Amino acid sequence: MNETKIIDARNTFCPGPLMELITYIRQADVGDSLELLSTDDGTANDVPEWIEKVGHEMISSEKVEGVWHITVRKTK
Amino acid sequence: MSNGIFIICTSGTREKLQMAAMIAAVGAASGSAVSVFFSMNALQYFIKGGSTDAPVEGEFGSLMANNEGVPRFKDLFLQAADLGDAALLPCSMAMDLMEVSESDLDAEFGAPTGLTRFLSDAEGGQLYTF
Repeated sequence: MNETKIIDARNTFCPGPLMELITYIRQADVGDSLELLSTDDGTANDVPEWIEKVGHEMISSEKVEGVWHITVRKTK
Repeated sequence: MSNGIFIICTSGTREKLQMAAMIAAVGAASGSAVSVFFSMNALQYFIKGGSTDAPVEGEFGSLMANNEGVPRFKDLFLQAADLGDAALLPCSMAMDLMEVSESDLDAEFGAPTGLTRFLSDAEGGQLYTF
């Protein structure tokens, strides 16, 4: 498995961070992990919702010093 | 088509186009079949080389226009087509009145479509108007 890909979507607003994640997850290989950085609080709710809907895997989500670090794994 | 998301855009204002584009992009990227019908004042922004500087309706539109972190509505519509296979459909009546042809529109746009066909396709789906 490759190392976690960081996607820096700080200072962008809904649905920018989610669309960034979707763009990169489509380019990733199955099994790859991606960590989305976002300062948009709504993204912390939207990403898990999207991940569940499309069937990928949520690994973690935490807010550190005002920045959400949301890590997901591509499963298919 | 049924059970999809169908969006009719007629307004040329920033707020309405932004909300329509958000629904199209997120819906398409989430696996829903999305079709967007552009008519009236909404179609002008998708003519090649045209302006995308839509006027605002109110204060929130100004907030969005002045913040570079807000995705542009046109980019979101095109992402909906590229990432989620959303159909972007120009209204044939609007094209006739504006005297534009299919080749004048952005490449992501589909064939000119009549309202009757669009509404027929939308039966059973979610229909949003802006």
